[in-house]
Amino acid sequence: MSTPVTVYVPRDSAARSVGADEVAAAVRSAADRPIRVVRNGSRGMLWLEPLVEVATGEGRIGYGPVRPEDVDGLLAAGMLDGGDHELRLGLVDELPWMRGQDRLTFARVGVTDPLSVDDYVAHGGLAGLRRALERTPAEVVEEVTASGLRGRGGAGFPAGIKWKTVLEAAGPLKFVCCNADEGDSGTFADRMLMEGDPFCLIEGMLIAAYAAGATEGYIYIRSEYPDAIDTMRAAIDIAHAQNWLGEGILGSATNFELFVRVGAGAYICGEETSMLESLEGKRGMVRAKPPIPALSGLFGKPTVVNNVLTLASVPMVMADGADAYQARGVERSRGTQVFQLAGNIARGGIVETAFGISLGELINEFGGGTGSGRPVRAVQVGGPLGAYIPASDLDLPMDYEAFAAAGAMVGHGGIVVFDDTVDMAKQARFAMEFCAEESCGKCTPCRVGSVRGVEVVDRIIAGEDRDTNLDLLEDLCELMTDGSLCAMGGLTPLPVRSAMRHFSEDFLARDAGDRTGTAGRPVPEDAASGPPAP
Amino acid sequence: MTVGHSLSIEDRVRAIVTAHDGERGRLLPILHGIQAEFGYVDEAVVPVLAQELNISRADVHGVITFYHDFRKAPAGRTEVRVCRGEACQAVGAENLMAHAQRRLGVSTGETTPGGDVTLEQVFCLGNCALGPSVQVNGRLYGRVGTERLDTLMAEADAR
Ligand SMILES: Cc1cc2nc3c(=O)[nH]c(=O)nc-3n(C[C@H](O)[C@H](O)[C@H](O)COP(=O)(O)O)c2cc1C
Ligand code: SF4
Ligand code: FES
Repeated sequence: MSTPVTVYVPRDSAARSVGADEVAAAVRSAADRPIRVVRNGSRGMLWLEPLVEVATGEGRIGYGPVRPEDVDGLLAAGMLDGGDHELRLGLVDELPWMRGQDRLTFARVGVTDPLSVDDYVAHGGLAGLRRALERTPAEVVEEVTASGLRGRGGAGFPAGIKWKTVLEAAGPLKFVCCNADEGDSGTFADRMLMEGDPFCLIEGMLIAAYAAGATEGYIYIRSEYPDAIDTMRAAIDIAHAQNWLGEGILGSATNFELFVRVGAGAYICGEETSMLESLEGKRGMVRAKPPIPALSGLFGKPTVVNNVLTLASVPMVMADGADAYQARGVERSRGTQVFQLAGNIARGGIVETAFGISLGELINEFGGGTGSGRPVRAVQVGGPLGAYIPASDLDLPMDYEAFAAAGAMVGHGGIVVFDDTVDMAKQARFAMEFCAEESCGKCTPCRVGSVRGVEVVDRIIAGEDRDTNLDLLEDLCELMTDGSLCAMGGLTPLPVRSAMRHFSEDFLARDAGDRTGTAGRPVPEDAASGPPAP
Repeated sequence: MTVGHSLSIEDRVRAIVTAHDGERGRLLPILHGIQAEFGYVDEAVVPVLAQELNISRADVHGVITFYHDFRKAPAGRTEVRVCRGEACQAVGAENLMAHAQRRLGVSTGETTPGGDVTLEQVFCLGNCALGPSVQVNGRLYGRVGTERLDTLMAEADAR
């Protein structure tokens, strides 16, 4: 009897969205000798999904993108021995896309079986938690502060400083809440981490809980992520059985209970105070700060609120020490960021690398330019509230302060690429529409201003009193920036104004026959409006 | 409401509430439970929840209406959610949505007259490198062009 060959077919929902389940089934039924199919997370090379990997003596050989109908041919070509085929990519770890990265937070994603305890521990899992438990909470806070780790949810607040506030707050009951609402278009790293390495998030939350003195935690996952919800719930059950959760964790005196809560389709619930209201079972109305959640958070108790990636970076920081993390990056942006290449991009997916890489390197070298093959015209970084950056500014380094200085934001690291068929007046209109749709309604500039904003852009597009309406739009933006309680209303002007500033030609009156094209410029003859060919 | 249940709506709602006993801030999990059981959140549950949770009817109503997920009426047999997030827009999501509307003869948020299909918009499904993205009956699909969408809807209909 030969030992079964291990074949990896991702269970990540992006891979499933293009047929990974069907491919896994085809491999299982057509294999002519014993195989073991592991449903791993995705390596993040999403244009190659479904990416099938075969474990060989030399390492894991990849094939992709594989369609179910390719499976017979692949097996005939000797895929189970790493045989040659036009879909054969070679050793996955040696592919330029992988070699060019510095995977810390995503070290295990795509490599291991997400729900295998053995895999987790064999690949360095729990080392960070064990090292933390050997130290005092204050020492852990000190180490995380020294690493320079900043919040990955958008605002970039230093994680250690937040934890210190909670640690020093008095009270028998404190919480750790993980923000897994990931509402920004162009972002999917939280989802992939939860689906691909859920124990890592649990370990990060445990370390946060130990450091801050919290005994109860919640992961607030958006309802649009059913696979992530299922995987996290399954991981929590397994962690309980391992005594990684519950009482006396790993033989220490630490207790921690962890629960998954599911959002209900409200973008604003990603704002931390809105999320806390939602966790309390209320409407997701944004709270005025102060008090800050660190002092008065969930049910008024001291609460650590951190993004998935922030918390999932902590085990590595604790395992390898602050210095190793802090040694990466530039200026005040330390460590690595998990960038997400999205939209009209030839090679979309996850690029984890030190801060400081330029936007252009990410888009052109990793991403291979647009998926349509047309020139890049605009890039939106940081989600729906992020600025549109023109193709001429792609030398901008990915660094919180450099982006802020350029009137843009890194946010959650989502990079959405548009080709030259994009109509930037329409994108400005959408920013206002989105704000009108998703505003929590507490303040007038946001709630009413955004509705007015849509009307004004419509008039500009229709060519009515262009100059007056452009001034009006500018005034509305100012009102929203100055008069909004949170960044929803406060930052919606960022995409709108950046579109007006960098792409003013799109805001020129267009003639009646040209409603669908790009105003002021001829519509390219071959403008592709469908998706790029797979 | 589905036939074949001998329990009244009130009893079924109370059972869902009981299943979440001891959970902090349990209104959202309960509402998700109700939507899973009935397919939507009927107005009739408001007084029951208000009484069970000891909060005002206005509060319950306020929560239900705040969140896009909670439906006021049952969806069609097939629920199609087309992503309109920016990353999907960059690869033709607006065209895809327009196609779906034309094809089904409904606008966003509506159900076809026979109750076959409900068309919804959604802002990001976390599949932004493989857009346009669509969810059909809770299942995610990537790189969905107009033809693929027609096929997916036909397949869902045949089930
Ligand atoms: C409108 C709005 C939406 C937000 N959405 C998210 C989100 O989806 N996920 C997230 O982690 N943070 C989001 N944030 C940021 C949170 O308010 C908060 O800063 C973050 O969760 C803190 O965690 P961190 O310090 O680890 O980043 C959002 C903020 C605003 C204003
Ligand atoms: S800015 Fe908008 S989303 Fe934020 S609190 Fe005000 S109304 Fe709510
Ligand atoms: S924008 Fe459509 S899946 Fe993210």
